[in-house]
Amino acid sequence: MALTIVSQIFPREMIPAVLPLIEDKLQHSKEIIRRKAVQALYKFYLIAPNQVQHIHDKFRKALCDRDAGVMAASLHIYLQMIKESSSGYKDLTGSFVAILKQVVGGKLPIDFNYHSVPAPWLQIQLLRILRLLGKDDPRTSELMYEVLDESLRRAEINHNITYAILSECVQTIYTIYPNSELLEKAAKCIGKFVLSPKINLKYLGLKALTYVIHQDPNLALQHQMTIIECLDHPDPIVKRETLELLYRITNGQNVIVIVQKMLDYLKESKEEYAIINLVGKIAELAEKYAPNNEWFIQTMNAVFSVGGDLVHTDIPNNFLRLLAEGFDDGKEDDKLRVYAVKSYLALLEEDDALYPQKFLQVMSWVLGEYSSLVTDVDPEVILTKLHSLLRKTFVTSETKVWIMATVTKIASRTSCSKAVDEIIQEFSNSLDTCMRQYAFELKNLCKDKELMKNLLPFDASCSDMVVDASLSFLDGFVAEGLGRGAAPYKPHHQRQEEKLSQEKALNFEPYRLSFASSVSSSGITGRQSPTGLSVGSDTSVNSAETGHKETSTLKLEGVRKLWGKEGYLPKKESKEGKEKEPQTASCSTLSTGQVGDPPALRFDQVASISEEDKEKQQLASTLFIGLGSNAGVSLMGKAETATQKFKRRSKINEIQHSEEVSDFRNSAAADFGPLLDTRPINMEDSEGSLHTRLRKASLSSSDIVEDNLAFEMPQSLRKSGLEERLSENRLSQSSLFADSNIEIFQPSPSAQCESASKTPLIPSLPEELEELTHSEIVQLCQSDALALYLCKVWTDDSLLLTVFVSNKTTAVLNAVNLVFEEAEHFQILESPSYQFPAIEAESVERCQKYVWMDKICTQGVLSGSVNYQLEMETRLDFSVTLSLMDFIRPMQMTTEDFGKLWLSLSNDVKQNIKMSSSQDTLSAALNTLQQKLKLHIVDVIGNEGILACQLLPSVPCLLHCRTHSRMLALWFRSPCSALPDSLLYQCQKVMEES
Amino acid sequence: MRFMLLFSRQGKLRLQKWFLATADRDKKKLVRELMQVVLARKPKMCSFLEWRDLKVVYKRYASLYFCCAIEGQDNELITLELIHRYVELLDKYFGSVCELDIIFNFEKAYFILDEFVMGGEIQDTSKKSVLKAIEQADLLQEEDESPRSVLEEMGLA
Repeated sequence: MALTIVSQIFPREMIPAVLPLIEDKLQHSKEIIRRKAVQALYKFYLIAPNQVQHIHDKFRKALCDRDAGVMAASLHIYLQMIKESSSGYKDLTGSFVAILKQVVGGKLPIDFNYHSVPAPWLQIQLLRILRLLGKDDPRTSELMYEVLDESLRRAEINHNITYAILSECVQTIYTIYPNSELLEKAAKCIGKFVLSPKINLKYLGLKALTYVIHQDPNLALQHQMTIIECLDHPDPIVKRETLELLYRITNGQNVIVIVQKMLDYLKESKEEYAIINLVGKIAELAEKYAPNNEWFIQTMNAVFSVGGDLVHTDIPNNFLRLLAEGFDDGKEDDKLRVYAVKSYLALLEEDDALYPQKFLQVMSWVLGEYSSLVTDVDPEVILTKLHSLLRKTFVTSETKVWIMATVTKIASRTSCSKAVDEIIQEFSNSLDTCMRQYAFELKNLCKDKELMKNLLPFDASCSDMVVDASLSFLDGFVAEGLGRGAAPYKPHHQRQEEKLSQEKALNFEPYRLSFASSVSSSGITGRQSPTGLSVGSDTSVNSAETGHKETSTLKLEGVRKLWGKEGYLPKKESKEGKEKEPQTASCSTLSTGQVGDPPALRFDQVASISEEDKEKQQLASTLFIGLGSNAGVSLMGKAETATQKFKRRSKINEIQHSEEVSDFRNSAAADFGPLLDTRPINMEDSEGSLHTRLRKASLSSSDIVEDNLAFEMPQSLRKSGLEERLSENRLSQSSLFADSNIEIFQPSPSAQCESASKTPLIPSLPEELEELTHSEIVQLCQSDALALYLCKVWTDDSLLLTVFVSNKTTAVLNAVNLVFEEAEHFQILESPSYQFPAIEAESVERCQKYVWMDKICTQGVLSGSVNYQLEMETRLDFSVTLSLMDFIRPMQMTTEDFGKLWLSLSNDVKQNIKMSSSQDTLSAALNTLQQKLKLHIVDVIGNEGILACQLLPSVPCLLHCRTHSRMLALWFRSPCSALPDSLLYQCQKVMEES
Repeated sequence: MRFMLLFSRQGKLRLQKWFLATADRDKKKLVRELMQVVLARKPKMCSFLEWRDLKVVYKRYASLYFCCAIEGQDNELITLELIHRYVELLDKYFGSVCELDIIFNFEKAYFILDEFVMGGEIQDTSKKSVLKAIEQADLLQEEDESPRSVLEEMGLA
């Protein structure tokens, strides 16, 4: 019962509290309890995937549960996980297929049958999983063909449930890598659906048809008549689905008919969502396939007038852009524009017609820009019309602003107009400040026609204007101000934060002292500035707002600026003989310089400060990384460790000399056997093959270091001895690793031997990288001609992936191209590809890529490929697994800084974890975290400790630890919400391991 | 599945189950609008709806509408069968179920639904095992209740 409740609506914060209880229930003897526990975990996974990361192997156990119900429940979790990333679960395809085969074959208990169909829900779930797995993957898809065929065959009883399975099957068949035989059968199924007299099936058939239409348009042709019938179906839902189908098959020839049908439907329908959706589609079709101008304009008019204000803002924007930018043919453009203007004028003729606001806005813009193209209409007439529109009550003030802008534009092209004068008079006293400002501007502009023409050139809406957004021309002013002792400007949120932290600082004991004083001083200076500046901002906000609106559609930013009250006056001086673009910038310099416009000053300061901040951050990130070397965690390799390293190395050499006397190779090989046996964990891991190779390596290496230091010496000796024969470089590298005690990767000995005997071309890192901490060089993939190796180098400011390409042939390889695919989570600095001009025979080339983590994940895959030309074009795919820890670096800071930062961060995550017996003291726990996770210990006070690290390039994460009664309370804070969760997971992992 | 609703032909809500946290006000709005849409449909129309960003599957049994909202990826037909199975379960438990049964024993109807669907996914497809679970729960409830009545009697005595 409690489990049922848990799985209903459950707050995210409480999950850690109940999670262990539910985990226990997974082992319960009753299957119903186990099943419910799995369901509850599924719910947790949906709410907070990060928090259940560590029990993925338990899901696997649930999948193999002897009770089919539990297994079915676990499928929900898998479906969700596979939806997120299908690549990680390809290996499970086989088992899913096997399960489905059993289900279809009726091997389940009779309880699961539903109307004599075996476990339909289970089948559908499995089909969906297979669909996700097999998408675009021929190899995985191949595994499924047989079982899909089987389920199609079995589902032949006439009952809803079999139809459900069939439709799912069909979808799966069309999604996975195609197989002609299955496609044919699926097509037959769809046909059956569409022709079925049952309306539900017909609907589904149409849906399926819509789904497959892009793969197989012929299928639609076969069912033409049915589709036509469905178009006139009394049920609007069926009709809509049919339209959806038609939308997919639209082309240049049938567009008119289809759009007409859609418009008809649009007029009937009342539902908001449907209208928005449909309007978008019609507009898209009209833009794509419009056969002629008249039709296009008419259709768009219909769309605007029927869709009303529900239409998405993109549609008018796109429409206007199309008009403004035009097509290739200038004449055609003009025709289109003329037609548009004429049609709008005709529409405006009708006095009491109510048009939606957006439509009016579009109309007014078009009239403003292009009305002069129509020579036979007097601008005066247009102006009068606009004037009458302005008086109407249903027109919102936003639209009025649009219309005013139009009036201004038209006025600039006419000599003297009564209507304009009237408008000016009427709106100069308007209550609406915006309108009043416009009227005022218009009045002033009318006084100087020359300037007006300059400002509003004809048909310039497409020429982009450069606006100096950072207002750099004000830098001098700011510098001067600062020089006179003015306080630097702080953005609003910063001020607020400071205020907040100041208040909090009083009851935040350990970090208080030096921090409070620094804040109080900055807080005061921060508060002074805004009061003085906020006065003038009111009007500017207004104009900024309207200006903003325009930017997206009209690209008139520059013009807008000049219209500002202060803006256009000084421009008279510099009016002549200047291009527009520089004018924009220079004149606003003048104006702000002269008038000392406070809002402008403010913007500028924002800009300069934020720039400063950025610089500082960068500086900090570059400065502090390398210094995080308090107690042995050193990325750079400190002097201490270096000396130690040398000692050890000399020893190695000694022993190795003595060993070389005997038949070294044999004895080494013989010795690896027992070594392996002493570490069963190691073996288990590789057997399970759940983890990637990398992870395995790190696991085993940490085991080695932690548990049997005694073993480590001889092993590293032997190994390095073996390697000594192969290459001198390798030796120093691996022993260097053994000593630096941060991350030691020791490949399984057998793999080492293998690679040693097979490939003579083993790459090595260049010296400058050798000094940095780096991983073992692992082979990514190989073909007859090439072998790819990878080495991760953890530099201070990024992860450096070094890819070695070794040419195994005896010929020179030309134009070898290495490309990394774009990955969701990672960002490759500079370009993702690299071209090797030539790789000499039997030699190794390398390329280096700096990688950052863009989106946080505990582990992600970066895939790529190598192309090379050897007889024929060959492509070699590879993938690299990167974990979060590759991107975590210690962050050096003082306790005070920590306190300050701590208060400014908002995302926090708390969790208690049990401490194992081997490290029940705080210091032991901290050391583990420091060594394994590269966290920097900032300070330890009593039973509390604070640590800091950062995710590259510069996302800090702070950790506060406290021990009490064998529990370790972890408290993370970071500006990034996902980072604490992921780090917590890592912490749990390392604490469990140790 | 997002939510499941049971309402009568007169537009009275009989049972509601939400599988996604939703604010009360939104719930009321959704229910009201959805009821209007569904009730307006004629009996011969198809039982699937695309409504807002959801798919709605409904079926009418006598005067009761059973209505499920599912996400875009889900299978409509199987949801229809889910409704049917739920009705079968109710039928079996109450013995030819009618609207009154659900009105007066709404907590039982909720129990059955909870055993059948959990967290928006179908949990147990077997009629027998669901009913067994319900029976057990009923037994438990009775056991709970009986000692209390004894105590009460003693108190009275």
